[in-house]
Amino acid sequence: MLKCEVRPLGRLDYGKAFELQQRIVEERKRGVVPDQLLLLEHPHTITLGRNGKMENLLASEPALRASGITFHATDRGGDITYHGPGQAVGYPILDLREWKRDVGAYVRAVEQVMLDTLLDFGISAERLPGCTGAWVGGAKIGAIGVHISRWVTSHGFALNVDTDLSYFGYIVPCGLIKPVTSMAQLGARVSVHEVNARLIRRFGQVFDREILQPALERAS
Amino acid sequence: MTDVVMPQMGESIVEGTLTKWLKKPGDRVERDEPLFEISTDKVDTEIPAPAAGTLSEVLVEEGKTIPINTVVARISEGDGAGAAKPAAKPAETAKSVAEPPKAAPAPQAASPAATAPEEAGEEPSGPLSPLVRRMARENNIDLSKVKGTGAGGRITKQDVEGHLAKAPAPAARQEQPPAPPQAPPPSTGGQAKVRIEAMSTMRSKIAEHMIASQRTSAHVTTVHKVDMTRVEKIRQKHKADFQARYGFGLTYLPFITRAAVEGLLSFPLLNASIEGSNIVYHNEINIGIAVALENGLIVPVIRNADEKNVVGLQRAIVDLAARARSRQLKPDEVQGGTFSITNFGSFGSVFATPVINQPQVAILGAGTVEKTPVVIDDAIAIRSICYLSTTFDHRLIDGALADQFTGKVKSALENWSDEVL
Repeated sequence: MLKCEVRPLGRLDYGKAFELQQRIVEERKRGVVPDQLLLLEHPHTITLGRNGKMENLLASEPALRASGITFHATDRGGDITYHGPGQAVGYPILDLREWKRDVGAYVRAVEQVMLDTLLDFGISAERLPGCTGAWVGGAKIGAIGVHISRWVTSHGFALNVDTDLSYFGYIVPCGLIKPVTSMAQLGARVSVHEVNARLIRRFGQVFDREILQPALERAS
Repeated sequence: MTDVVMPQMGESIVEGTLTKWLKKPGDRVERDEPLFEISTDKVDTEIPAPAAGTLSEVLVEEGKTIPINTVVARISEGDGAGAAKPAAKPAETAKSVAEPPKAAPAPQAASPAATAPEEAGEEPSGPLSPLVRRMARENNIDLSKVKGTGAGGRITKQDVEGHLAKAPAPAARQEQPPAPPQAPPPSTGGQAKVRIEAMSTMRSKIAEHMIASQRTSAHVTTVHKVDMTRVEKIRQKHKADFQARYGFGLTYLPFITRAAVEGLLSFPLLNASIEGSNIVYHNEINIGIAVALENGLIVPVIRNADEKNVVGLQRAIVDLAARARSRQLKPDEVQGGTFSITNFGSFGSVFATPVINQPQVAILGAGTVEKTPVVIDDAIAIRSICYLSTTFDHRLIDGALADQFTGKVKSALENWSDEVL
């Protein structure tokens, strides 16, 4: 079975995480590292995808800064989204040539990881045709945004564990006028740490990878 | 001149949005250098240049959504000389040949025929007749793979026919994308005979578990008739009191659970599981209680059920059921069960044959409690009767043991003595 290294990074600034991803993507392209799954939390951040529309940002950049939110335009797919404490963020850096050369299948598989994980906590989430992500009763609980270069993936998914959902009020999440929710709002009393443990396991199952748990690593 | 096409990024993907050109017309591009970006379903992908040269033409502007295999640009060899060349007829573009970069992890072109050799990308030698072009298009043939035998190496109709005869005909490109799993059947006109819906994750999990259980265990069910009159009296006596004191009522289920604990303590094999050729006896009695949800079923576990009295069991049942229905259970609350109870009686079933909750080896099912005329000492009496089913794994448990166990549960219920609940 192919291997996937997990890197639990704790809370990491979006810009630093992005640089780290780029470095690992290059290593992955050269084949010097196996597939990777970065798990982390971001401080309050709003990011705009390549196809994002600024009109989905409902506050000015100075207003965001004043609220302690950083703003980044980024090269992932998808529109605008919020990241922050209490959100389990996963950045799989996989060489899809060793899995399936299929972007659609990849996104569905990332969704599956989130759905399986949520079900582990008694939350039965679902797909919403045409709206990528994980949904519970019409509210979005998990978001996806991916970048692919030479079949190597970066960016990934964000699952609301006990995220302060009021921050989504600054944006129209992914340009959709649909509500957001979190595991905490649905009554699951769990920490990002506990959720990560299940995400890792489900990720290994869905992508058929042997998970290598390294000694705890800190991004410099 | 090399055509650059919109690549197919996956089986179900039929179109994509060209989001950004990373080069401008006239720019020098290296083979495999990122040339443009496309976006499909929340995924942005950098597409490398299929050949080195000069970006002579950009045919699709940023922001346009186009079908796969559409030619989006042309790269001319040399230094911009190609820029002067007239644009190809647009009608031809959609089926043109893409040159896949050899070692590069480039997106695969859609049709098998489009995988051209390295040298491809140039027009096949000599002009092509409209007939040959049409045949190539209709049969999805890569003309660069066809050897021309006409004047000056020109490809003739016979060459194309010969190529078709020798190569297995490439499948015609699918006219429609494969239906997504959730796609409802078209509802245009008439009444559809079926409605297709994807199973929820929970539904598919249940399906998987049920079949796995049937495949694993040798299921046998035994049914005993139990006189619940005593329990019913105690229940009636304490019901209102329970509601006032604890905020929940008093059902038959904690009594049945308590009685099952008695049975399991006497016959620990029913609280065991099988691992390979070993019998694993569990020192804890953790009883799973099946809870029906709107569209499924979950079996939360009462841990150390043997340490709880009827009040404690009722409290645990009420709590687990409520949280199961509001989907607030933690994962460890649905794991680690050593025996299960299912209460189909609450839906009116008299008796049923439940499926074992793996890796357990037995499950107790309780039918509905009904007032029934029964013969006691040659007299007819009205008693509250209930059928208890025990489904057991005959690999480990024989019928005699299963009946002794169920008999023990029955006798605990019929001779209920605790006035203290």
